[in-house]
Amino acid sequence: MSMATTMGYTTADREFLLAAGQTCTDCAGAIDDDNLEAWPDYFSEDCLYRVETREGRANGWQIGLMHCEGRGMLRDRVLAIRHGNVFDPHTYRHVLSMPRFAPAAPGSDGTEIASARRVLTSFNVTRVMQTGETTLFAVGTYDDVFVEAEGRLLIRSRTVVLDSRNLDTLLVIPL
Amino acid sequence: MFRWPDEGLARVPFRVYNDPQIAEAEQKLLFQGETWNLVCLDLEVAEPGQYRTNWIGETPVIVVRDPVADRIRVFVNRCVHRGSMLCLERHGKAENFTCMYHNWVYSLDGKLQSIAFKRGVRGQGGMPADFDITKHGLRELRVDTIRNLVFATFSDQLPPVAEWFGPRMVWSLERFFHKPIRLIGGYTQVLPNNWKLYAENVRDSYHASLLHTFFATFGLNRLSMDGAVEVNEAGGSHLSWSKMATDDAEGTDYASGGLRSMRDLAIEDRRLLKTWPEFPDGITHMIQTLFPNVFLQQIQNTLAVRLLVPRGLDRCDLQWWVFAYEDDTPEQLRMRLMQSNLVGPAGLVSLEDGFIGNAVQRTTRGDQGHGAIVEMGGHGVGTERQSRVSEAAVRGFWQQWRGLMGL
Repeated sequence: MSMATTMGYTTADREFLLAAGQTCTDCAGAIDDDNLEAWPDYFSEDCLYRVETREGRANGWQIGLMHCEGRGMLRDRVLAIRHGNVFDPHTYRHVLSMPRFAPAAPGSDGTEIASARRVLTSFNVTRVMQTGETTLFAVGTYDDVFVEAEGRLLIRSRTVVLDSRNLDTLLVIPL
Repeated sequence: MFRWPDEGLARVPFRVYNDPQIAEAEQKLLFQGETWNLVCLDLEVAEPGQYRTNWIGETPVIVVRDPVADRIRVFVNRCVHRGSMLCLERHGKAENFTCMYHNWVYSLDGKLQSIAFKRGVRGQGGMPADFDITKHGLRELRVDTIRNLVFATFSDQLPPVAEWFGPRMVWSLERFFHKPIRLIGGYTQVLPNNWKLYAENVRDSYHASLLHTFFATFGLNRLSMDGAVEVNEAGGSHLSWSKMATDDAEGTDYASGGLRSMRDLAIEDRRLLKTWPEFPDGITHMIQTLFPNVFLQQIQNTLAVRLLVPRGLDRCDLQWWVFAYEDDTPEQLRMRLMQSNLVGPAGLVSLEDGFIGNAVQRTTRGDQGHGAIVEMGGHGVGTERQSRVSEAAVRGFWQQWRGLMGL
């Protein structure tokens, strides 16, 4: 049954967006709650996680701020945060928009993207330092492709696109 | 009145990071004075009419390729009429520069071409008859380039860039830019500290394996490896280089295990560490500074130019240009991509540099009478060929800074 809605979305579309939004929200919650060890579990085993700027994307630059391929690299990031890197203690608070379907565009593997479904979610991330200093740290879009795997809806590919080319101090906790 | 401590270069008074009068004098004596300042890479102004805006200290500038003379010119980015910024965009292409405020128009060689309502309206108003537009062009700076780097100066007397930095610095720039490059990334890191704290940090090879855990743990860079710190004659520019895999940790402080950076870390995915020998000289790490505020980096196969722009006393913007060579193979580019996780604002081996300046900045505000101890490797600024456990290049920075500042 294809039940049209006011926005032209089918019930299946709405259910998918709701599930995708839930994955995004839970994933952001894991980061904000300092449960970083759970963060890689929202991604598929063969995932791509990348942070870049809007300018970099427009220029087609290969190098962004972070580039992780596979859950192992995500776990390595968490290991580094916990044991390797030295920084001023701080936490994030994500505020996410409702997800929306990305405008149709052929990707490098266009057919796969179409079947896996590509979703955009806007985010604001506020950074709270241990001193109490609270600032707007990052604003941008998650450009996500989801996949059903391991009985759940997982992020197969996430490109965090920052609206600004400026990044304050450092980026250690993932966005 | 400010006076440098009697110990000379072995002490850096904390006041230099916090005194507004010193910051003001730096604008005049350094950035608008006798220094060559990086303004952009030549690739950003390769086409006729292509421009890039930037900052020399607090002065906004436009870098543009003049299509008539086919050369790069640098102007102060300010309309001579009422001081409005002429170009707001970071990059662009122009046929002329037109001030949005009152439509004063400049050609790309900086000459004032026309003034809106110069003759008034229906014979009424307008500029006085004796106003001579040929006498009111944009303020133009001297320009010099070396390889891909474009420099400008307010000085009429400074020798050319190559001569000013000296032959060893030129050797390294020719090494970095030995074949055509292309940009593969770029961002601006906002640092919450006085610009000189970062300028010191990059010249300080002593901290690298102590503050940055990843270096030591994975054997990427230890001070016991073969390498050197070389300081140029003026003091403010330097090279720090090393060759990976030429040592082991036996017999050093690293082996005794007392250093925090030797905690045993194992990463799951070692693709991050895959490298190839970029240069035939075997040097795997090359950090170069160019006085006052330019930094070049070869860390394994990650290549970048950085420019530090001061923004008041306790903030500075670090602009990064990440580059590769035009003839990179796809596999080389892929290794650069993986290694990009090691450097930059999110770099596993160096992200600490983003905040360590602020850790100093915070303690120095209320403490104007004390200073930092800078005696590692002695008191001189000479080249260290034996050991990179040295603050020679930091002392060299202050030597040149003090000379120009008269302090």
